[in-house]
This record gives sequence, C-alpha cells and structure tokens, in this order.
Amino acid sequence: MIRTLIALISGLFFGSGLAYSGMSDPARVQAFLDLFGNWDPTLAFVMGGAIVPMAFAWIIKTQLSSPLAAPAFDLPGTTKLDRPLAIGAILFGMGWGIAGLCPGPALADLAIAPIAVLPFVAAMFAGMAAHRFIPVSPN
Amino acid sequence: MIPAFPNAMPVEGLIGGLLIGLAAAIMLLGLGRIAGVSGMAARATGIADTGAPRNVAIAFVLGLPLGAFLIARVIGEVQVSFPGSIWSLIIGGALVGYGTRLGSGCTSGHGVCGLSRLSPRSMVATGMFMASGFVTVGVLRIGGWL
Repeated sequence: MIRTLIALISGLFFGSGLAYSGMSDPARVQAFLDLFGNWDPTLAFVMGGAIVPMAFAWIIKTQLSSPLAAPAFDLPGTTKLDRPLAIGAILFGMGWGIAGLCPGPALADLAIAPIAVLPFVAAMFAGMAAHRFIPVSPN
Repeated sequence: MIPAFPNAMPVEGLIGGLLIGLAAAIMLLGLGRIAGVSGMAARATGIADTGAPRNVAIAFVLGLPLGAFLIARVIGEVQVSFPGSIWSLIIGGALVGYGTRLGSGCTSGHGVCGLSRLSPRSMVATGMFMASGFVTVGVLRIGGWL
C-alpha cells in the first residue's frame, strides 16, 4: 500500500513537471530538435533541472543499504553497449522527432488533450508489444 | 525570457525539470527503482514480464496524467499543439514504442536517471536518440514537411 502511494506521488510530481515545463507540448519539444527552424532551448533547461536533484539522489543512495520503503534496490546493472541499445535509441529518436512526443509527455497529455494524443499512445503500446515478436540480435 | 529565443520558457523549464528530478529521486530513494516511463508503461500494461511490481508501475503511470491535470487546474491552461498529421502521430508512436523497448529506455530512464548516474549505456543511448531526433527533424525541415 505504502509503495503504491509512493509510486503515485512520484508519478504526480513527474506529470506536474512535464506539464509545467512545457514538455507536454509536442510543438515545443519538436522545436527543440528543429535546429534549422525556430529553435526553442526549453528542453535543455528541463533536462538540466531534472538531472540536478537526481544527481544528489544517486549520492544519497550510496549511503543507504536499502531504499526507504522497499527491501532492496533493483537497478539496471548491464553495462554492455550492444546493437539493440543503439538501434532502439535511433528508432526512438526518429519517432520523437516526427511526433514531438516521448512516452512521459504522451501519457501526461491523456489528461490535457486526450483525443489528439490517443493515436500516438495507441501506436506506442502497439510498438511496445511488437518488440516481443520482432527482436534484434545483440551482435 | 531569453531575447534570442522569445518562445523559450527557461524558468518554467527549470522548475518543471526540478519537479521531474524530484519525482525520479522519490522513486529511487523510496522504492529503489528507476523512474523510466517506457519501462513502467510496458510493465503497467503487462507488455513487459519483468520490472517493477504491477501496482507500482500502474500507480506511477496513472500519476502522470493526474499530475498534468492538477497543473492545468492550478495554472489555468497548459498549452499544447500537435504538429503534423495523424500519420505522424501513428508512425512516431510506433517508433517510440518499439525503440524504447529495444533500447531499454527513453528520455526519463536513460536521459534523466541514467545521465545523472553517469551510466555509459545511458550516455550512449541519450546521445544517439538526441542525434537521431535532431537529424530526423532536420530532414523534415529541409524537406519542407514542417
């Protein structure tokens, strides 16, 4: 119960930050990627603002033997730079540029412009599901 | 306001960014997990078999629109506009969904959580999806589709 609540609070802060920073606006995000158009640097400020508290959190984490409300840390441990990572990131970047949306803002927009964002969200989950059936070999 | 970029929102961007970083810090220090939206979304819907407990993933994912809704209530209106056609949303969405699963993360997991952890995989992924985004929008711009 407490864990569900903590996850909800984390999601609430995340969604609030996305909406307040303008990142729920696909046109603004696409404008950040539009170096040859009317460039909008806002996304860089958002990234900078988000990384600072998170960097402190990683430092605090080194002093903890376990998280405050769960038995153990469960963090990605892979360090291999492989083909799926590279191809996945490139495909994600293409979609991000074409639509001006990544997963967080798309889900946040379900509350702000549900009809407009629905085709993206539906296609995103279809793409996620497709990954189960269309894998990429690691080498 | 930045004179050269009248549309930019540096102050709102920084404050919103801090809220996002705080959200990720709560997830890390409270539950010991990465606040990666693509992974949580795949887990919440059952598309991913492993990852956060279902209740955690579902609560986090529901928090995103709820948080946006609350901000919209507080500040009056959150401006959004969707460039391009419905096809750009469908093609973009499919690429984002498939790409984030294949690449194990998106702007939140690799970008916010991974970069601040100095994870080599996240640094490579973030560099590549940023570069890919710049090139894609550059091609759309030069091709006259924007």
